[in-house]
Amino acid sequence: MDSGTLDFIVGHLNYWLFILLMMTGLYIVVAKGNLVKKIVGLNIFQTSVFMLYISIGKVTGGTAPIFPLDMKVDPDVVYSNPLPHVLILTAIVVGIATTSLGLALIIRIREEYHTIEEDQIAEVENAVLKSEQWASEQAAGEHS
Amino acid sequence: MRHHLILRVITKLLVGTIFLFALYVQFHGDYSPGGGFQAGVIMAAGFIIYGLVFTLDKAQQVFPPWLVHKLIALGVLLYAGTGIYSLFAGYAYLDYAALDPHHPEHGQHYGILIVELGVGITVTAVMVAVYYAFASRAPILSDEDW
Amino acid sequence: MATQEVHHVALTLTDHLPILEVLVPFVAAPLVVVLGSRRLAWPIAFAASAISFVIACLLLLQVLDGSYISYHIGGWAPPLGIEYRVDAANAFVLFLVSGISTLILPYARASFEAEIPRRSTTLLYALYLLCLTGLLGVVITGDAFNVFVFLEISSLSTYVLIAQGLHRDKRALTAAYNYLIMGTIGATFFVIGIGFLYMATGTLNMADLADRIAVQSDSRTIRAAFAFIVVGVGLKVAIYPLHLWLPNAYTFAPSAITAFLAGTATKVAIYVLLRFMFSVFQPEFIAQVPTLEVIILPFALLAMFGASLTAIFQRDLKRMLAYSSIAQIGYMLLGIAFFSQAGLMATMIQLFNHGITKAALFMGVGAFVLRAGGSFYHHLYGLGKSMPWTSAAMVIAGISLIGVPGTAGFISKWLLVQAALDAGWWPIAILIVASSLLAVIYVWRMIEALYLTETSAELPARQAPLSMVVPLWIMALACIYFGFDSDLTLSASRTAAEGLLAGSMGME
Repeated sequence: MDSGTLDFIVGHLNYWLFILLMMTGLYIVVAKGNLVKKIVGLNIFQTSVFMLYISIGKVTGGTAPIFPLDMKVDPDVVYSNPLPHVLILTAIVVGIATTSLGLALIIRIREEYHTIEEDQIAEVENAVLKSEQWASEQAAGEHS
Repeated sequence: MRHHLILRVITKLLVGTIFLFALYVQFHGDYSPGGGFQAGVIMAAGFIIYGLVFTLDKAQQVFPPWLVHKLIALGVLLYAGTGIYSLFAGYAYLDYAALDPHHPEHGQHYGILIVELGVGITVTAVMVAVYYAFASRAPILSDEDW
Repeated sequence: MATQEVHHVALTLTDHLPILEVLVPFVAAPLVVVLGSRRLAWPIAFAASAISFVIACLLLLQVLDGSYISYHIGGWAPPLGIEYRVDAANAFVLFLVSGISTLILPYARASFEAEIPRRSTTLLYALYLLCLTGLLGVVITGDAFNVFVFLEISSLSTYVLIAQGLHRDKRALTAAYNYLIMGTIGATFFVIGIGFLYMATGTLNMADLADRIAVQSDSRTIRAAFAFIVVGVGLKVAIYPLHLWLPNAYTFAPSAITAFLAGTATKVAIYVLLRFMFSVFQPEFIAQVPTLEVIILPFALLAMFGASLTAIFQRDLKRMLAYSSIAQIGYMLLGIAFFSQAGLMATMIQLFNHGITKAALFMGVGAFVLRAGGSFYHHLYGLGKSMPWTSAAMVIAGISLIGVPGTAGFISKWLLVQAALDAGWWPIAILIVASSLLAVIYVWRMIEALYLTETSAELPARQAPLSMVVPLWIMALACIYFGFDSDLTLSASRTAAEGLLAGSMGME
């Protein structure tokens, strides 16, 4: 491996980690049948995006973007970019809302279905669907 | 939790400190890292730890659920109200200069303090409301059935 | 900000219209919660919705000539500050969203009372207002990240609103949960796209983004951003293979909520798609044509036929209409895929006409659910006699859905066929007509159940309350009105299409 490739890999470390986290999260959402695990996956997925945003706000050699109290800003000091952090603060709040809403829904689902496994829920729903079909066929039969 | 003496004493000592720290983060937020979001979460953490150690009922005596629900909305109204005030003063929505037209930068200070207070109130109330909502639901199965 | 006294020109109420459009429902929502009164909740919600409808009308009249209004939040000028920007395209969508919401609220009162326990109605109106705020905000804002924030405000309230259907059917819970998962993935994809755009350009203002993308023209980051945004918004639009959340969500949500969402939510998402594809990314953007031809066009056709065929075989009228929505979204995407002014015009007008048509149909379904206890076809037998007004309005909206001349649906189908012929894609014009024939079949099944099946006599369903029938009829008459007098819709959608296709030039 020449130094160019190595630089590419090391220099883009935050992106590699972002991709890894993102794929982990997405995989959990898709592959797991447990509703709570899906929410966990969703959280990992969202966190990966937070990490992406926060890491692009970093300026090499930059310090925390807080001005001194007397507002005499030294022009030589490099500040990191605070904007992505602010954006992600909003996204984190959205994430919390999504998570708590998702968990609240799961509690209600558990109370109604007595399970939080996707395949068992599907069984219950299919049974309901069958009975509905039967009812509508029955009704159609009476009228034909 | 009646027997956990250490937990109870430590919590009693901590809760006050947590609230003080939350207020510091809240009102020093315009000069240093902090602000309504962080302060709100810290404040809510104070209530939640109180609820965890001294049971939910005790926490709800201090901070009743109806008040929590009203505060959620009240914080948002405080935020939006600041904007509406500047609207009526002939400035753009949330233009803090309207709060002190002769010294816009003073207006900025007041503006950010009021707005962040609104954020803080709402975040505190929302976090506590989430805790209440989950904790107050009676489990349909006993612990052994899991 | 200068230290001395700053020269300030006081803004008037007219200048504040763009922010008031969003602010009124936004302030009304916490107000409803703070007052906590069941009696006041509805009047406040209705007043807020009506005010934003009036404001939307005023805004639309101001921008019909192709100009735009820019409003700087907090007095910070763009591209640094957040900007609300109203032009013909989004004023038109604002008009649709606030109009439908204002008509649905009077209808919702009786419907909510029947379907939702009284203790949750106050909070329900607050959520409804928040959802409206989100939808209006998505449309009006000129800031890319702000779109995400408003999108999530509307989505999160939508999930809760859908879950309220659990008092009628517990499957509303799983429908809401699935929508939550899919919607969040979509929104997160959208944020990733915005993040890439920010990395490449260093700005979030849409007009500024457009300029900077035009200068940079093409890079891998920007292409990735394009892909993420199209897929993310595509989930919200329910583009054919990403539509799985939609049928259950629409079927199990409370009737009034379904009518509101069907008329507005997907339409707003289509608007976001248009805005990003054509205003933020230029029409000349390199990935544009392949995306349209290889992805949007085939999936639009698939939606038109696949979803229509599925709709034909449904037993539940509400679910049938949900599948028909997916098919109708196919028409809108088809208009985009033509990549011409005529095509975009057809999309804009189909967006509007389908919004009112579907809202009317779902309102009728709600009335049937209230009186006949369900929306399966076998519940509807003989209702043409016992609920004549509701049934007649359903027939009017149904023929508008098919696109019979003299209805709003015809105008949009006609423009769509014309756009296809202009592009020289006559096979597609034939396909549009063919898929309309499928719509004839599924609408006919509804009419058959309502009028042509003998009632088993023990179902003397009463008329729906006046508060439901009147809004339903206003909506149904709108379907006819906009079929005859299409001046407003045509000029608005033409100006909108011109503005969109002009790329960044259209934003200056």
